[in-house]
Parts: sequence; structure tokens; C-alpha cells
Amino acid sequence: MILVFLLLIPFLAGVVSFLAKDAAKNVALFGSLCSLAVSAYVAIFCGTEQVPSISIPWMPTIGAQFSLSADGLTAMLCLLTGIIFPVTLLINRNKNIENPAAYYGLIMLSQVGLMGVFLAADALLFYFFWELALIPVYFLSSLWGGERRIAVTFKFFVYTFVGSLMMLAALIYLSMQTNGVNAMSWDNIIAAGKALPLMQQHIIFWLLFVAFAIKMPIFPFHTWQPDAYEQAPTQVTIILSALMVKMGIYAVLRWLIPVLPEATAFWADLVMTLAIFGIVYASLLAMVQTNIKRLVAYSSIAHMGLMCAAAFANTDLSNHGLLVQMFNHGINITAMWVIVNMVEQRYGTQDLKKMGGLANTAPAIAIALVIISFANIALPLTNGFIGEFMLFTGIFQSASQYHIIFMVVAGLGIILGAVYTLSMVQKVAYGENNSGVATVAKMNGAEWVAVIILVAFIIVLGVFPQPLLDLVLL
Amino acid sequence: MKAIIAATILGIIMMYVGFVVKEKKTILSIATILFVALLGVNVWELNTMKIGVTESFFNYQLLISPYSVWFNTLMTAATLLYVLLMGNDIIRVGKHVGEYFALFFFILVGTFILTSYNNMLLMFIGIEILSIPQYILSGSDKRSLKSSEASLKYFLMGAFSTGILLMGITLIYGATGEFNISKFSFMQLEHINPMVLTGILFLIVSFAFKVSAAPMHFWTADVYDGSPTPFTAFMATVGKAAAFVGFIRLFHTSFASVSDSWQLVLAIITAATLFIGNITAVFQQSVKRMLAYSSIAQAGFMLFAVISVTALAWQGLVIYSVAYTIATLGMFAVLLKLKDYTFDGFNGLAKKEPLLAFVATIFIFSLAGIPLTAGFMAKFMMLQAAMSQGNLMWLVIFALLMAAVSAFYYFKVIIAMYFKTGDPQLVVEVSSTDKILLALTALLVILIGVVPQILLPAGI
Repeated sequence: MILVFLLLIPFLAGVVSFLAKDAAKNVALFGSLCSLAVSAYVAIFCGTEQVPSISIPWMPTIGAQFSLSADGLTAMLCLLTGIIFPVTLLINRNKNIENPAAYYGLIMLSQVGLMGVFLAADALLFYFFWELALIPVYFLSSLWGGERRIAVTFKFFVYTFVGSLMMLAALIYLSMQTNGVNAMSWDNIIAAGKALPLMQQHIIFWLLFVAFAIKMPIFPFHTWQPDAYEQAPTQVTIILSALMVKMGIYAVLRWLIPVLPEATAFWADLVMTLAIFGIVYASLLAMVQTNIKRLVAYSSIAHMGLMCAAAFANTDLSNHGLLVQMFNHGINITAMWVIVNMVEQRYGTQDLKKMGGLANTAPAIAIALVIISFANIALPLTNGFIGEFMLFTGIFQSASQYHIIFMVVAGLGIILGAVYTLSMVQKVAYGENNSGVATVAKMNGAEWVAVIILVAFIIVLGVFPQPLLDLVLL
Repeated sequence: MKAIIAATILGIIMMYVGFVVKEKKTILSIATILFVALLGVNVWELNTMKIGVTESFFNYQLLISPYSVWFNTLMTAATLLYVLLMGNDIIRVGKHVGEYFALFFFILVGTFILTSYNNMLLMFIGIEILSIPQYILSGSDKRSLKSSEASLKYFLMGAFSTGILLMGITLIYGATGEFNISKFSFMQLEHINPMVLTGILFLIVSFAFKVSAAPMHFWTADVYDGSPTPFTAFMATVGKAAAFVGFIRLFHTSFASVSDSWQLVLAIITAATLFIGNITAVFQQSVKRMLAYSSIAQAGFMLFAVISVTALAWQGLVIYSVAYTIATLGMFAVLLKLKDYTFDGFNGLAKKEPLLAFVATIFIFSLAGIPLTAGFMAKFMMLQAAMSQGNLMWLVIFALLMAAVSAFYYFKVIIAMYFKTGDPQLVVEVSSTDKILLALTALLVILIGVVPQILLPAGI
């Protein structure tokens, strides 16, 4: 029952925000804090004896149930969602937004979709939420985004919609292998998938993988991503990059690898090659970006590539590392966008050439930027290190005959990551102030809170990652 | 049977009401009351049906099953919704308001016959009763050349397809000596007579014409575009659903055992329909014309019900017909409020009429098949039915790709309403009654999307 609250609270907060006019900002923040409390409760107290779950008949004729369940992976992602939303709402509190009621209402509705995707234990319910998470984001980006927002967001929408429809075909096919009122439940889908002949597994594998790869995004399905990140308002970019891409990797872990183990093993080399090629490709592109949002967007593609490769390496260590890294990447990329947002607002530009000298004008922001960048390139003592270390070891241990090449090339990606991240730090924080803005506003209260929370996560989980490991390995 | 009799009598009454009453508003009120009465008769008939029992009339010419009566009830309810939503637009089309409503009743008579015929001649009669009022309706705006053109075109093409239909019936009769659709001799035979096969092919062609499937779709865009908009809405929804129920009834009852010999033909027709409908819709400038092509595309999805010879297909057809009908009626009701039918005419509607834009968004979501709306569940059922056939996976994937294309043109309306600025011109102020009705219709779309089994009561 507690799981229903995870959906109900953001939904109600969203609806109230729509009606609340100017108070919407606070309604949304309050709602997101409530859902943080519930998700923390689920993560800490539930699941020690048995996995909390709920199942209500929904459409018996087609075998769908309203069924939610929260094991360690789900609880961790719900907690991440619970943390990211209040932090996101803390930044930009002073900025005047046109029609705030609709803006904050849609943000809260996107949380419903995200939570639902992570919680759903029924294929049809999963598909429902998968699509529903997309709709509010589509409107948010198209209404409040940058200049090219309409075309860019539409491209994003069409890409994901095509992917979802492929997934729908696969899920219907899998559900039809079983009869009965719970044909669409996760257990039955897994049983159905495992029992399929290899030829069918291959087809279903690609239908599912394309959908998830578009969401993650994995090379060559990534082309919507830099544009969408750049054009969306930063708060929406955070939701996209910290949480919605996790939907892709989560779906691979939940609805692809256990469902089609043979096909996964068959195609793992190809997928890992794509993912690892994507790391290097995205890193190289990140190096030549002059727009700070595009740079972070490409760096996100690189990180997701590593996670996808680890998922398909499918060793114990890579799987554990993946769980840890999903959480840490969510925190790190959010922190990165928070800083980017502050810098962008203060300099009034996204152009890296027109920045510089932040260390002199606003030292606090510059220090935060440095710490977060270290986490982004996975330096020891930051949370990024432990996850990426486990991923690399996991990829090295994988059964693939190319495992050494994969690790070496992926390692190259990490070195390139250091290059572009540090060069970005240098352009923003040090050197000449090219911005023409002489005095930069200090961080305000809400921004302090957001940055402190995120930096605290980065350092605490970097030094003492055990609680996170305990949670995900329930 | 009660409903067929009632609809006929009410239609005749309606014609006389047109003579006696001159005030258009009064005629509308009377028509609304009569449609409520017809719905009542349908519900009454539904209540007297026993689960799983079919009643036969006229020496097995009509076989009325709970499914037929349920479908009749839903179509009558859809017609009532249509009259409520667009009544004021219907009476603005021309002078002979009473006759328009009478023709709706006759279209419903045709629908009722098509849901329950058991004899090919009665099927023919049903199709004609369904079609002829539509020819008249499409030409009812006599001052407009486009309307007359639409009517003439529709009539000529319809006459051709009727000829082909009769030819098909004749060939099958010639081969089997039987009009009763559940007693054809080839149902028990191993081999199929080439004459029967030719007959089936003829029937496919003529039904494809009636449901506007490619390559027999060429009339659709011109007729739907040229007809007065309120009548387009009716022809594209109830008219189409009725043709489909006639289609599925014949092919599943009589030709199921020989489905190997026609399934592929129909699958190719479906693929072509989906392709042509969706791709052509992308290039339209007018929302009305876009909806005409989208109705071709949606017919492609509905054809899945005919191809898949399973019980699921019958259920799917109910949900698809209702989902598509409600969303399309809603969309046309919104369209009718606007002066300019082009996409640009929708620019900035969200600022000026937020509720109108919001319900239009829900209708579009339903047509595009976004979850939580009726349209999604409809597509879902169709795909499930098609997949249960086993050998149609290619068609399912193709259909899904085409559904993605459909998002492209449907979302153009949303982009215009929400993301572009403009000053949309309304024909009339949107009254609060209109708003409540539209909001209820949108709510219905979502309700069916969440609990589709309300459309599938036990025993149908």
C-alpha cells in the first residue's frame, strides 16, 4: 500500500499545483519532499523481510494487473527520484517563470511517470508509465525551452515513441505466451521469454533493446539527446538526464536481461561494442563543444555507454557496480546541471568562450564546480570512483572474448572524460573573465541547500559507500 | 429486432416532424428525445437477451446475438453523443433539418441489420440502407459546389462497389446454392471452389470500398472534405464502424475455415491502407482533410479485426469502434468551433480557449494511441488479436511504425494549439453546455483507457 503513495503524492501535488497559481512553486516543493520521505521510508525500512508489493486486478481479459513491487533496485531508484526532485525544485526559485502553475504541475506529473516505471511489476502498467513519463516532459520542454525547442523536443518525442511502440509489440508477444489474469506480470513475462525458441528471442530482443537504447541513449540512437538537453529548461534537463535515462538502463536490467538470457548472451558483444564506441565518440565530441550544456550532454552519453556496457557484461561485480553507479550518476549529473544553471544565469550565456574567472568572482561556486567535476571523472574519494571501479572490473571479468579490448577502450574514454571536464573547469573558473559581467551574484539560500546536499552525497558515498551497497543488494 | 423496428418508425416520425415543425431548435430537441428513446429501446432489448442465446427471425435471415445488441446500443449511444455535441452545427447546415435526423435513424437501421444479418441478401440490404442516407447527407449543403461534388462522387463510386458486392454474392450463390452465411458447403470441404474464391475477392473489394481501405480509398478524402463537417463526423465514425461490423460478421462466420486463401490479400490491403493513410495525412494543410486521411489510417488498424479470425478480434472491434468514434466526434466538435480549418487556424488556441485545447489534446492522444486513453487500449486489443494469428508479426511491426508516423501529424495540432501564437477565430462563442459536454467526452475517453472492460460486459 505504501507503494501507491509513491504515485499518489506526486500526482496530487501535480494536480494541486495546476490549481494553485502562484503558490505552485511551494506546493510542488512540499509534494516532492513528502514523496522523498515516503521513498526514504521504503528504501530504509521495507524489504528487510519481504519485498513490499501490491497487486490489484485491472484488465482480466488481457491479463493485466495493477501490480507494484519494490526490491532493492527499485527502492534505490525511487529514492534517487525522491532526492532529485526537491533538489531540482530548489534551483531557479527566484527566476520568473511564465505560467508557473502549469510548469510545476507538469514537473510533478513527470515524477508520477518515473516512479511508476520503476515500481511497475506488470508489463502493461510498465508501458503505461513509460509513455506517461514522456508526455509532461514533452510539454515542459516545448513550452519553456530554448529557441529551437519545438522541433528538437518533437524529435525527442518521435524517437522515444517509435521505441516504445517496438517495445509494445514485444511485450504483447511475450504476454501472449501465457493465459490467465496475470499473463502480463513480470514473473510470467520472464517465464515466457525464457521458454521462447532462440529465433523468436532474437526478434524480441531487438524490439526491446531499440526502445531502451533510444531512452538511454546508446550510440547510434543518441542523436536526439544533445539537442534535447540543450533546449530544455535546466530543471527539465535534470529530470531527463538524471532520471529518465535511468529508465532505459533500469528497463534493460529488469525487462531485457532476465527475460531473454540467451539472446542477451548472443548479442552482448555487439551491444558492448556499440556502447563502448559511444563512450569514445561522445567524449571526442564533448571535447570540441563550446556550449556548456552540450558538453555536459555528451559527457552524459559517455557515462551511460559505460553503464550499458557493464549491464551486458553481466558479471556479479559489474551488476553491483551498475546499481551503485546508477545512483551516483544521478547525483553527479544533477550536481553538474545545478552548477551549469548557476553559471548560465550569472553569465547570461551558454557559450564557454564567454566565461572565465569564476574562481575570483564567485569562489564558492567554483569550488563546488571543481568537486563535482572530480566526481564526474571518478576521482577516488568521490562517489563516482567506487561505481566506475566496479564497472571496469566487471567488464574486465566478463565472459566476452574481447573483454580486454573493451576495458582498454572504455578506459580511454575515461581519460578523455578527464580532458574535457577539466578543460571545461578551466574555461569556466579560471583564466580571463571574458563574460563582460564584472560582479557575479553569490549563491542564494536555496542554491546553497541544493549544492550542499549534492556535495555531501558525493563525498559521503565516496568515502563510505557501504549503505548504498546494502540497499541495492537486498 | 425491437431496435430495428423502433429505429425505422422513429425515422419515419422524424420525417413528418420536419413537415409539421418549422422551428429548427424544436426539431433538434425532438430528435434528441427520439434518440434517447431509441437508446432506451436498445437497452430494453439488451436486458431481455439471455447470455449466450441468439434469437433468430424471418427463417434465420436475422440472428440477433447479445453481441449484436450490445454493438447496436453503443452505436446508438454514439449517435446520441454526436447529436448532443454537434446538434447546433447540424441544424445550421441547411433547411431540411428534420430530414437529416431522419437519415441518421435510417443509417442506424442499416447498422442494426449489419450487426445481425445471417443472409447475404439481408447484408446487401443493410449496406444499402447504411449507404444511401450517407450519399444524401454528403450533398445536403446545396449551396456548396464541393458538397454536391462529394455527393455525386460518393454515389457513383458507391454504386460501383455495390455492383461488385452483388457480383460477389452471385458467384458465391452460384457455387454453393446458398444465401445463409452459416451454411455454405465449403465450410466443411477440404478444397475451395475457384468461383467461391473469386466471390470472396469481390466481397473484399466492395467492403474495402465501404470502409475506405486502400486502394479503394480514393473517394474518402474528397467526400469527407466536401461534405458538411457535421456529417463528415458521422460518416467517418458510426458509418465506418457499421461497415466494419458487417465485414467481420461475414468473413468470420462464413470464410473463417478458408482464411488461408484470403488472409494475405487482406493483410496487404491493410498494410497499404496504413501506409497511404498515414503518409498522405502528414502532408495535409487542413485539419479536416487530415482527419479524413487519419480515418483511412484508423481503418487500417480496424482491418486487423477482420484479418484475425479469433474471438479477441470481435472484442477488439467493439473497443476500437467506440474509442475511435468518441475521439473523432470530439475532434470534429472542436473543429466545428473554429472558422479556419487549417493547422494555422489552431494557432494559440490554448491561450484563448484552454478547455477546448485541453480536450482536443486528449482526443488527439486517443487517436494517436497514447496510454491512458481509449485509443491505446483499442490499438492494443487489435495488435493482440493480430499477434494471436502467429504469422502476422510483420504486419504488426509495420502498423506500429505507421502509428509512430501518425503521431507526427496528430501532434501538429497540439504544437499549433500550445506552442504557437495566434488569434484563432471562433464561429460562435463556446457555451458552457458545450464545454461540459466536451469535458465529459474527454473523461469518457480516459475512462475507457483505464478500464476498457466496461465496454465488454460478460456474455457478449
